[in-house]
Amino acid sequence: MTLGGLLSGPPSIVAAGVGVFSDALRAQGTDVHDVDWRPPGFGDPADLAALALDPRRNSANRVAVERILAAGSQLVDVRPAREVIGLQDRTLLHSGPPLTWETASGPMRGALIGACLFEGWADDVEDAERILAAGEITLDPCHHHRTVGPMAGVTSPSMWMWCLSDPVHGGQAFCNLNEGLGKVLRMGAFNAEVQTRLAWMRDVLGPILSEAVRGSIDAGNDPLDVKAVLAQMLQMGDEGHNRNRAGSLMTLRELSPAIVATKAASSDIAAVLKFIGGNEHFFLNLGMPTAKLAMDAARGVPGSSMVTVMSRNGTEFGIQTAGTGDRWFTGPANTPVGLFLGDYGPEDANPDIGDSAIMETYGVGGFSMAAAPAIVRFVGGTVPDALATTERMYQVTLAENPAMAIPIMGFRGSPTGIDVLKVARTGWLPQINTGMAGRIAGTGQVGAGLVQPPQECFEQALAALAEEARIP
Amino acid sequence: MTASAPPAAPSATAGVSSVVLRSGVYADSVRLMQVSRDVAARDGVTAVLVAMATPLNLELAANMGLAPDGEISPEQLLIGVRAEDDAALAAALAAVDAALAERERSTGTATAVPQRTIGAGLDELGPDTPALAIVSVPGQFAVAEAADAIAAGRSVLVFSDGVPVEHEVALKRAAHDAGVLVMGPDCGTAIVSGVALGFANVVRPGPVGLVAASGTGAQQVSCLLDMAGVGVSHVLGVGGRDLKEEVGGLATLDALAALDADPATERVLVVSKPPAPSVAEAVQAAAHELSVPVRFGVLSPETPDLTAAVEALLGDMGIDVPTWPSRPGPADPAVPGAALKGLFAGGTLADEAMLLASPVLGDIRSNIPLRPELDLGTDLSAPGHVVVDFGDDALTVGRAHPMIDPTLRLEAIDALARSGEPAVLLLDVVLGHGADPDPAGALVPALTAARATTSLPVVIALVGTEADPQGWSRQADALAAAGAHVFASNAAATRYALDLLGAVA
Repeated sequence: MTLGGLLSGPPSIVAAGVGVFSDALRAQGTDVHDVDWRPPGFGDPADLAALALDPRRNSANRVAVERILAAGSQLVDVRPAREVIGLQDRTLLHSGPPLTWETASGPMRGALIGACLFEGWADDVEDAERILAAGEITLDPCHHHRTVGPMAGVTSPSMWMWCLSDPVHGGQAFCNLNEGLGKVLRMGAFNAEVQTRLAWMRDVLGPILSEAVRGSIDAGNDPLDVKAVLAQMLQMGDEGHNRNRAGSLMTLRELSPAIVATKAASSDIAAVLKFIGGNEHFFLNLGMPTAKLAMDAARGVPGSSMVTVMSRNGTEFGIQTAGTGDRWFTGPANTPVGLFLGDYGPEDANPDIGDSAIMETYGVGGFSMAAAPAIVRFVGGTVPDALATTERMYQVTLAENPAMAIPIMGFRGSPTGIDVLKVARTGWLPQINTGMAGRIAGTGQVGAGLVQPPQECFEQALAALAEEARIP
Repeated sequence: MTASAPPAAPSATAGVSSVVLRSGVYADSVRLMQVSRDVAARDGVTAVLVAMATPLNLELAANMGLAPDGEISPEQLLIGVRAEDDAALAAALAAVDAALAERERSTGTATAVPQRTIGAGLDELGPDTPALAIVSVPGQFAVAEAADAIAAGRSVLVFSDGVPVEHEVALKRAAHDAGVLVMGPDCGTAIVSGVALGFANVVRPGPVGLVAASGTGAQQVSCLLDMAGVGVSHVLGVGGRDLKEEVGGLATLDALAALDADPATERVLVVSKPPAPSVAEAVQAAAHELSVPVRFGVLSPETPDLTAAVEALLGDMGIDVPTWPSRPGPADPAVPGAALKGLFAGGTLADEAMLLASPVLGDIRSNIPLRPELDLGTDLSAPGHVVVDFGDDALTVGRAHPMIDPTLRLEAIDALARSGEPAVLLLDVVLGHGADPDPAGALVPALTAARATTSLPVVIALVGTEADPQGWSRQADALAAAGAHVFASNAAATRYALDLLGAVA
């Protein structure tokens, strides 16, 4: 149809700018929709224009989004990090963009200390601090190893990893096992309770899960479709980041028969089932690599202004985009706002930490807040706030993921694929739901709440993408 | 989401069928039942089952002869369709995909989050609704909004000025590739299917399509056509730079093609300020290839007269040229040797006046001069023949267009009267949507005061129609009562002013 049917009848009008046009049109009885346009939240106007006019942008973003939507996620194995990602002795992975011991925050230091003790690289806390400060332990971001880790994300060679595979693109992603809530390594705790639990996970939980997952597949069963579990969670009141209750129960349901069928002692099996059943965030460590598989599939699309990574290390927030490869764009991490456990208060909270913002990067978590009305009061809002948050995120994303339908939004798909250009133009930064770790190493979790990335990350990404767009 | 199983072998039931399992798609049973019901209601479709591949649903599928082959898991989505023939089957499968991808457009929630961008605003419209985006944000930000519209497959009118020409070219190229039109930038006048956009007059619908690189030019032409009883189908503005060398007529060519395909358009008139010769040539060559007849009302020293272009078009259509309406003023004596003072709100009308007057009067200084050396600079009260375009960007910074805000022009009239320089005052007054609701109301006191000070003949080109909110006759009568000679045609007004100057055109 010529000009999109423009000349076939009186058109509806969508207008941005001065109101006099719209008033005159309304007086003629025309259907007019005024956009609530504002000057961009940030960005050099020339950069915004260069990106808006980049002829590669629309098709590149379409390719990137299609890869996200197409990506699948199957649980194919459970193996120690040493085996599956070749993690060497004296190497630790952490969440977020690169950091050093000197720049590491309290909970990150606590988790690194705890991991050195767990691996037997240090005899006591002082010893661990000494070898870490001396640079004897190599630190590397999880994201550099197709891995994600919640909160501190500290992953050591002996830790067991969920091994997920994308049957569509052939990608792999990994994540350690969730320890539960409270005093846990990922929140920066490293005491005897933490060490005891990590040892049990290494010696009992990991081997049993490994045998169960492999055994089930060897027996001819399909691997667990983790993406399908995530999709169903959104229909059951979870948003997949701060609330994983339904997903954890479904995972327990799916894994239980195979766990029971292992050759482990019945007391160990009972302990494993009890551990999983008692941990409402057990699924998070499966959801995160599912999102990671999809976002990794969208890496390396020249011209795409879509965000592939949002991640925090407790000191800095870092993002990457499909159009700029492995480059990090970082800024100081904000401190979440929310509710606190027990006597803890805002002064106890560490700045934002964890790779779990991969969930929002994928379009769930804070982006699908409307799916989890049960959580919004916990994170300091009303149900209408939750709906408004998701509505806003639709305007900073490129697509709706039909596999991740949000019931209360009329089964609209989750807002998926953050566009740096749209973030700049609307001035709306991504909304992230998150846990909060204590500032002091060893504290553990102090609360949960909401947080946004620092604008600097997106400013840098916009400038870099515009520079790419100008290269002929 | 992959199709994990090939179509099943033909069943015993008549017709053709397809049975596919998809992984990674989850939808609740209520939604899937709706999809099944809707697709089953299509002509030529005999059986449909769209459901998660649970044991219960597989049993249903088997009973319908739509059982899938191969590995099956309950997380998979089963899509089974049988139809009378291949075409109906393909259409039904496409309908299943469309129904699964369809989303609710109204969430019915109390929390309305306003759309911040043209892209988000267009996204709320149904895909089949004819729509046009209008962008009037500051020029440096207009590009992103216009690019949104193009990406959404919608045409866009860019009212904003200050858009760099290289951005204009990039937008128009992208629009051409997307099969849509960029009107503008700095496009203030358009009429699309009867909807008046910006500064446009209330004219009757009819067979003539206008392509306009000039806003007031399009208003003059459409109003004269209306007065001759001829209506317009569409007025497609293309922005004042479209026929310059840098832009190369990109939007003009697309607009011509669109009007050629429009059943409501039988003839086309292209209205423009002086174009780049090479571009004019290329556009004329392209127009020659169209089936719709195209006439050019393009201002140049050789073709200086928009009224003549309208008259020629009427001749093409076999319609008699009417006597263009006018209101004679008082019998002002001629003032030979006086200066022409043209104070215009419309740039094209100012251009037309200079092109008509220059051969008779000689050089005319202006802020939009015919030759660079005639540039007026900032001295609007310079002696001698002067034509000022108060709508020029340099004079509208920080204030509304003179068609809305007459302040600067009223000040210039006052200054002219006080200067005592013998002169004939030539004005344009543009009516229609967007313009001053009563321009005579502001002009009459100013003209009365000026004529009380000095013997200043006043000639006015009044561009409008009787149906305009201001009403042509009401405004003309008021202006004539204040001593002005009023003409519907700017060319006629200019010639009358030349007569008063004692010049022979």
